[in-house]
Amino acid sequence: MNIIIVGCGKVGYTLVELLSSEDHNLVVIDEKPERVSRITDSMDAMGIVGNGINHQTLLAAGIETADLLIAVTGDDEKNLLCCVIAKKTGRCQTIARVRNPIYNEETEFLKKEFGIAMIINPDLAAATEIAKVFQFPSALRVDTFAKGRVELLHFRIGKDSPLLGMKLYNLNQTLHTSVLVCTAMRGDDVIIPNGNFEFHENDVISIASTRKNAIEFFRKIGTATHRVANAILAGGGAISYYLAKSLIAFGIHVTIIDIDPVRCDYLSEALPDATIICGDATDQNLLSQEGLEHAQGFAALTGLDEENILLSLYANEVSGARTVTKINRLNFTSIINNLNLGSIVYPRVITADYILKHVRSTSYSRNSNVEKLYKLANGRVEALEFIIKEDSAVAGIPLQNLNLRKNTLVCCIYRNNEVIIPTGQDMMLAGDSVLVVIYGYRIYDIQEILED
Amino acid sequence: MNYYIILYILGCVLKFESAFLLLPFIVGLLYHESAAYSYLVTAALCFLIGMLLSSKKPASKNLFIREGFVTVASSWMVMSIFGALPFVISGDIPSYVDALFETISGFTTTGSSILNDVEALSRTGLFWRSFTHWVGGMGVLVFIMAILPLMGGSTMNLMKAESTGPSISKLVPHVKDTAKILYGMYIALTLCEIAMLCLFKMPIYDALITTFGTVGTGGFGIYNSSIGGYSPQIQVIVTIFLVLSGINYTAYFYILSFKFKEAFQIEEVRWYFIIFFVSVGIITFNIRSIYSTFGESLRHAAFQVASIITTAGFATTDFDLWPQLSKTILVIIMIIGSCSGSTAGGMKISRVVMLMKTIRKELSLIVHPREVRKIRMDGHVLDHETLRNTNVFFVVYFVILLASTLLISIDNFDFTTNFTATVATLNNIGPGLAMVGPTRNFSIYSPFSKFVLMFNMLAGRLELFPIVVMLLPSTWKRK
Repeated sequence: MNIIIVGCGKVGYTLVELLSSEDHNLVVIDEKPERVSRITDSMDAMGIVGNGINHQTLLAAGIETADLLIAVTGDDEKNLLCCVIAKKTGRCQTIARVRNPIYNEETEFLKKEFGIAMIINPDLAAATEIAKVFQFPSALRVDTFAKGRVELLHFRIGKDSPLLGMKLYNLNQTLHTSVLVCTAMRGDDVIIPNGNFEFHENDVISIASTRKNAIEFFRKIGTATHRVANAILAGGGAISYYLAKSLIAFGIHVTIIDIDPVRCDYLSEALPDATIICGDATDQNLLSQEGLEHAQGFAALTGLDEENILLSLYANEVSGARTVTKINRLNFTSIINNLNLGSIVYPRVITADYILKHVRSTSYSRNSNVEKLYKLANGRVEALEFIIKEDSAVAGIPLQNLNLRKNTLVCCIYRNNEVIIPTGQDMMLAGDSVLVVIYGYRIYDIQEILED
Repeated sequence: MNYYIILYILGCVLKFESAFLLLPFIVGLLYHESAAYSYLVTAALCFLIGMLLSSKKPASKNLFIREGFVTVASSWMVMSIFGALPFVISGDIPSYVDALFETISGFTTTGSSILNDVEALSRTGLFWRSFTHWVGGMGVLVFIMAILPLMGGSTMNLMKAESTGPSISKLVPHVKDTAKILYGMYIALTLCEIAMLCLFKMPIYDALITTFGTVGTGGFGIYNSSIGGYSPQIQVIVTIFLVLSGINYTAYFYILSFKFKEAFQIEEVRWYFIIFFVSVGIITFNIRSIYSTFGESLRHAAFQVASIITTAGFATTDFDLWPQLSKTILVIIMIIGSCSGSTAGGMKISRVVMLMKTIRKELSLIVHPREVRKIRMDGHVLDHETLRNTNVFFVVYFVILLASTLLISIDNFDFTTNFTATVATLNNIGPGLAMVGPTRNFSIYSPFSKFVLMFNMLAGRLELFPIVVMLLPSTWKRK
C-alpha cells in the first residue's frame, strides 16, 4: 500500500517504525529536514522536505497514487486541511490527528463533511486506555473484543500469588474457572504457552475471558477486583481532562493536581465534579494532604517522564493505589518495564496502534478481513479478530484437529451473543467472530493460521 | 563497529562475484580457451569463502553510516583482490600487482592499463576485464540490494557510500525498488547500445566489450588503438552513448515517469551539456589544422570530449599530439567529470556548480556584509550540511591529488606524466598525457607508485570519504 505520512514527530516516527516492517511504500513529509532525515537514515521510507498542505509537495510525494494519507503534525488545522487537499487531489483515504478538545464533539461532522476516514485524538485515546485500568484494577492493561464482551487482561504474577509454580494444564481444574492464558512475558521473552507452562514470579500473563469470569478468577488468586473509588491525577493536561471526565461518569471521585493556576481555573470550570488542587504534584506533603496513602488510583500524567516515574514509584511505596505512568519518550523501555510503575502508557504508541489497526483492517479489506488488531507485549504479539466466512478452511473442524502453525492460539469464539473460551473440542463456525493470538509471523486472513 | 554485519555482507559480495566470474568462464568455453578454467577455479574459491562468511546471520543488524562506508570500501577491495586472481592463474598478467592494478582499474571504471599489448590477452581475460567495468559502473552493492532482501532501511547507508554525487536520494520509497529501477535503466541502456553497435556491423564480442566500457564509463578496449580502428558511424554511436551515460539517472527516471518538465529542469544536466558543447566547439576549432576535413575534427573532438568528460577514457586518436589549449581543456573536464547519480567519475558537475555558487555568495557578502543569501540547486535551498560536505570534498580531493603526485614523483618522470597519471586515476578516466597518454600505459611505474594509483582509483570511484575513513584509526574501534 502507498502511504504518505505528514509530520515526522514522535507519532510519525513510531508509525513509520511499525509500518515499514509490513511492506508498504512509505513517503514522509516534514518541514524540518533533520526530522525527515532522522527517519530516512534509519528506515526504508522516502523523505520529502516541505509543507504537507502544499499541493505541489503532496504531488511530489505521489498523492495521486497514494492509498492512504496520515496527517500527524502538531497542528490540528494543518492536519485537517492536509486531509481535505489530499482528498481533493487523489483518491486516498485520510487519517488526521486532531488534538484540540474543541473538535471533540464534532468528530462525526468533520469525518462526514471533510471525507476523513478516521480522526484520532491521542489524549482521548490514552485517557480511554487508562480509564480501563482504573475500572479493572487487577489488570495492567485491558483490551476488549467482540464489541466489549470479551476482554484480554494483562496482569503480573506477584511474589505470593497462588499461581506460582502451577502448571498451565492444572489451572482451570484447580481454580474451577474458565479463563484462557494467551501470552506470557518473561523478562524479554514472549511465550505463547502450552499446557506444560509453569507460572513464575514477575511473569506478565494475559488471559482471555468474560468480565464475569475474570472477576471470579482474580478473586480466587487473591487480587483486588473492584473498580477504584477515588483517583489522584498528577498533572492537569489534556489526558487528565479526558480521563477525569470519563472517571466521573463512572462515579469515581477524581482529584487533579496541577501547578499552573490558569490551567486549574480552566479545569475547575470544565470539571465541576472534580477536586482541582493548584500545587506542585512532586510535593510529598501536598500528596499526603490530598490523601495519597488512601488513594485507590493514582495516575502520573505530568509533562516530564522522569517526574512521572518518580511519582509512581513513590505512590506504590506509600499506598496500595493502582498506578498508571504516562511516558512520552520511547527510550530505555527495557529498564522502565522492570520498575514497579504499574501500568505504563505511551500516548504515541497508542495513537500509532489505533492508526495501524485502521490501516490493517479497513484499508486492507481487499485482501484481509481483520476486524480488529491489538499489539501485545511491546508490539511483538498480535491479537486479531476475524469473522469466519462460509467457505473458510478452518470452519466446522474441532480445534484439536486443526493443524495450526507454531505460536498460534485461538483465544475465544463469539457466537450468537455468547462467548466461548474454546477447548480442543470446540470449533469455529461461519459467522463466528474469533480472536486469534499469534507471535512471530503475520496474517491477513484466518486461514493463514493453518500450517501449509 | 558491527564487524559481524560487515563480514556477512562481504560474504554476499563474494558469492555474487563468483556468479559474475562464471560469465567469462562461459565466454572462455565458447572460444575454447584454457584460460576459462582459471575463472571457474576463482569462482569456486569466492563461493566457498562467501558461504563461510555469510553462513551466520549477524545478531545485530545495525548498519550505521560508519559501517556503511567501511562495508562498501572493503567490499571493493575484496572484489578486486579476488577478481585479479584469474589473470595470474591463467598467465595473462603474470605479476599479481599488475593484475590487481588492472582489476581495480576495471571495477572502478577507470580504464588505466599496465598492458603493453592488449591484443595479446586471451579473449576470456579481455571479457572479464571489461565486464568489471559494467559491474563497477552502477556498483555491486546496489546490485545486491536490488536482488537480496537485505536488512531494511539502514541499507540506505550502503547506497549513500557507493553511489556518486553529493546528496543521494531515493527515486521511490523502498531502497530495494530504487536499486531495481537504477539497474533496470542501466541494463536498458546497455542493451540499446549492444543492439545499435550490432546494427552497424560490429562483431557481437566487440560490441559487448565496447558497451561495457561505455555505459560503465570505463574505457577498456580490446585493441591497442582503442576505438580508433572502428568505422566513423560506430564512433558516433559510442559518442552518443557516452554522453547518455554521463547524465544523472534521475533524469531518465523522470522521463520514464512522464515528468518531462522536472527532467529538463535539472540544473546539473543543463550545465553538463553546456560544458560538453563549449568544449567540443573550442577543440574542433583548435585542432582543425590537424585533420583533413571539418567533419573529421568535429568527430574526433566530440568523441574525445565525451570520452573524457564521462571519464571513460576511450580514444579514437592520440590526443596527446593535440595543441596545448585542447589538452588543457581535456585535463580540466577530466577533473570536473559528469553528473552525479551517473556511472561516471570526476568531481561531478553538481559539486562544481555548488562551489561556484559558494564563491558568488562569498563575493556578494564582501559587497553587502549583512546580506542573507541562500544557495539553491534546482530551485531548492541547499542545506548547510551538503555545502560543508562539498567544500570538504574539494579540499580532500586536492590533498589526495597533490599527495599522490608527490609520492609517484619518486619514479622521476616528468611533471605532466605524474600529474595527469594522478588525475586520470583519481577521476577514473584512464589515459593521461605524455608518457601515460592514450597510446601508452602505466606499466612504466614502480609497484609502489602503482599502489598509490590503485588507492586513487578506489578513492575516486567511492568519492573519497569511504576510502579515507578507513585510514582513520577510530573507525576500527569497537564501540
